[in-house]
Amino acid sequence: MSALELNNLSKSFGGLHVISDVSFKVMEGERRLILGPNGAGKTTLFNLIAGDLAPSFGTISLAGEDVSALPTNRRAARGIGRTFQILTLFSGETVIRNVVLASLGRTSRRWKPFGSLDADEEFRASAMEILRTVMLDYIADKCVSETSYGERRRLEIAMALAQQPRLLLLDEPLAGLSKEERKGVEGLLNALPRSLTVIMIEHDMDVALGFADRIALLQNGKLLVDGSRDEVIADPRTKEAYLAE
Amino acid sequence: MFWITGLFNSLAFAAVLFLLAAGFSLIFGLMRVANLTHGAFFMLGGYLATSAIGAGFWIAIVAAGAGCALLGGLVQHLLVQRLAGRELAQVLGTLGLSFIVADQCLLIWSGDPISLAPPAFLQGAARLGMFAFPLYRLFLIVVAAFVAIALWLVVERTTLGAKIRAAVDDREMARATGIPVSRLFTVVFCLGSALAGIGGALAAPVLSVYPGLDTEMLPLALLVVILGGIGSLAGALIGSVLIGIIYTFGQILLPDLSYVILFLPMVIVLAVRPEGLLGRQAA
Amino acid sequence: MKTVGIIFITAIACILPFLLPGNFYLGIATQILVYGLFAVSVNTLAGYGGMVSLGHAGFLGIAAYAYAVTSGTYGFSPWIAVGAALLIGTAAAAVFGLIALRTSGLSFLMITLALGQIVWGVAFRYTDLTNGDNGISLGRASVISADPLTLYYVCLAVLALVMVLLAAFIRSPLGAAIKGVRDQPRRMSTLGYNTWAIRYVAYLVSGFVATVSGILYVQIFQFISPHALSLTVSSEAVLMVIAGGIGTLFGPLLGAGVVVLLKNVASAYTDRWPTLLGCIFLFIIIAMPEGLLPGSKRILAGMIGSFRKGAAPSASLQPTSRAR
Ligand SMILES: Nc1ncnc2c1ncn2[C@@H]1O[C@H](COP(=O)(O)OP(=O)(O)OP(=O)(O)O)[C@@H](O)[C@H]1O
Ligand SMILES: [Mg+2]
Repeated sequence: MSALELNNLSKSFGGLHVISDVSFKVMEGERRLILGPNGAGKTTLFNLIAGDLAPSFGTISLAGEDVSALPTNRRAARGIGRTFQILTLFSGETVIRNVVLASLGRTSRRWKPFGSLDADEEFRASAMEILRTVMLDYIADKCVSETSYGERRRLEIAMALAQQPRLLLLDEPLAGLSKEERKGVEGLLNALPRSLTVIMIEHDMDVALGFADRIALLQNGKLLVDGSRDEVIADPRTKEAYLAE
Repeated sequence: MFWITGLFNSLAFAAVLFLLAAGFSLIFGLMRVANLTHGAFFMLGGYLATSAIGAGFWIAIVAAGAGCALLGGLVQHLLVQRLAGRELAQVLGTLGLSFIVADQCLLIWSGDPISLAPPAFLQGAARLGMFAFPLYRLFLIVVAAFVAIALWLVVERTTLGAKIRAAVDDREMARATGIPVSRLFTVVFCLGSALAGIGGALAAPVLSVYPGLDTEMLPLALLVVILGGIGSLAGALIGSVLIGIIYTFGQILLPDLSYVILFLPMVIVLAVRPEGLLGRQAA
Repeated sequence: MKTVGIIFITAIACILPFLLPGNFYLGIATQILVYGLFAVSVNTLAGYGGMVSLGHAGFLGIAAYAYAVTSGTYGFSPWIAVGAALLIGTAAAAVFGLIALRTSGLSFLMITLALGQIVWGVAFRYTDLTNGDNGISLGRASVISADPLTLYYVCLAVLALVMVLLAAFIRSPLGAAIKGVRDQPRRMSTLGYNTWAIRYVAYLVSGFVATVSGILYVQIFQFISPHALSLTVSSEAVLMVIAGGIGTLFGPLLGAGVVVLLKNVASAYTDRWPTLLGCIFLFIIIAMPEGLLPGSKRILAGMIGSFRKGAAPSASLQPTSRAR
């Protein structure tokens, strides 16, 4: 069954067509890479899938269910987790508090108006678990505003993982990282469970190509090439649109 | 008969509201500053006009506009600019200032309502069959229409307007292309404040001027802007007419509840289009 | 340290009536408690929810009028009137919240101002119900107590109860969610939180606390008129919040103390309170936007620092305050 299906998806801002008639399927457990030059509409596509933007036309189905009309939070409840290209963290809070907020979001305890959240050992323990997988446990109680950029990038991923998603959207998880830092995140991505469906936007070919099963190439909002990794790499249009740059 | 006169009075009131709201909307649209001194400027304009009326009606109007423009420029320079980038501080700063202006008006002009006589040639009424339309209210409607057209021409047809539009669309981009954005801000602030002052002066013969006029008019202007869409001139025009009609008829038909009726358009418009009738859709 | 401070201040508040020279000062102390509670309600929304309302006096007024009409005009017992006022005030918050939360940021501020002024207009014009500008006076029998000492302790008890509940609420998961929506609404909805509903909850809680303060207000003054719900009163509350430190639990109480005292002292010398209020607004916003306590600390530290620097050029300038 397909984990995600986009049908004739289009989005325009005023007269600007940012996504035009994009259709593709992502199978369950697939690792899909989305390529495309700057301004191709990749982040916009994520915003449409996650529900932050309403499509001008077309539908989005999640595991066979049409979610086009659902707001972002309801889609999150159906298993979409995402990271942001531009860091979107609670910078005044501690690292672990960020992760706790993320795991709290999928339980009904988020509506509990009494009892201290900080004192909740269960949340703390599961958050620590996740921080260990992204190698941030050593700064769990540090304020985010005092952490390094590389650490924040990993925290972005940690928050998406804490949502326990079925479909994980990663928007340039390596952006702005040094070579060593990339290695760390690469290992982390490759260690993700194979059952998890992942769609990743990434410019770093070494990491991205090693990760992907299938690749979709986006240019000027249009789906240019869509296929298995080797097909897309071999396709001359890919070279022209992207790799030649 | 009743409906025609009521409608006419509504339009006269809408004219005043438009003068007030257009300036507010312009400033907000360009600078993202909700200038809460605007209502106080309206009242101050009225008071200035009553003091300058000895020199003639037109001089009084000009004095009101010039006085408020000057003050508006000072506010922009000394307060708003200094707090650049701090939206909330700017709003609260202008709010604090509005208390000062209103209180000083009370000190200078005392607490009694002061009315202003319209010039001789605008006294009396125009007769049309069985209807009598007071000339001065007709004059208000004409002035507002004139201002609306002039503003529209300035914004749409002049280089100043082009710069304003560019700065509204994308302030950083405008700055990068060499548009002197901060000078533009001052110009627009002066212009908006002058409109408020002129509005207050022109309204004085109808509403008279009294303490509390500012806090009575400011929320109406806010409603106009919220309904019409922030930063939109046409929106301010439609909003003014809407609020003018509802408020005027409300006061005639349900004097006790004329304020409650103001909820109505707000609820409906916000339910359907939270950005206002002609406001830009938020991304 | 913090606990010690709270215990100390609570103890002082408990014995304060016996330290004050007379009922006049006791009255002012009680006013501080009531306005403090009102400022706390504004802070719940502005400080924790990130939504600044300039129309909160509307809730204070609706509650006070609801009480005054029920107990004064219709002669019901004070406790029934309290119930009615709680119900009507909270219902008003429920309705206003639906309207105001269609927008955010500056538009929210403008709408709340307009809503507050509409309520003021109704109080002013709907004379059959509200007696217009003259307001409604209540006899001694129409309030819970007319004894200044009892009133002080009633207000203190209510304030303490609200503060304890609010402190727990802020630390709860829902409280954390409210702050999260304030800081990163986009992330919060991505994480599965219904940001609208969370804001609405914050609005309701805030409206409820304002309602409670309105009920206390009409007890201590035995009088309500449109002036109590003017834009000035809403603005004073915002000033109290900013002066005391926005988003802190006890800041608004400190701010209320400062503003109420200043207002009472000033009224002895001048009737230009609005001008003074405006000047304080400008001063706080320009000179110490982070609040009086951190602001004075920072400025003092700066003065001491430059003094030391002048006296002993070798001394290094340590940053003494950290921006939060
Ligand atoms: N809210 C918006 N309003 C108007 N235009 C927008 C909006 N969001 C994105 N765009 C435009 O849509 C286009 C695609 O943007 P998008 O962020 O999706 O690109 P991208 O493929 O993620 O690029 P990058 O590699 O730089 O991240 C850009 O030209 C951008 O300016
Ligand atoms: Mg992008």
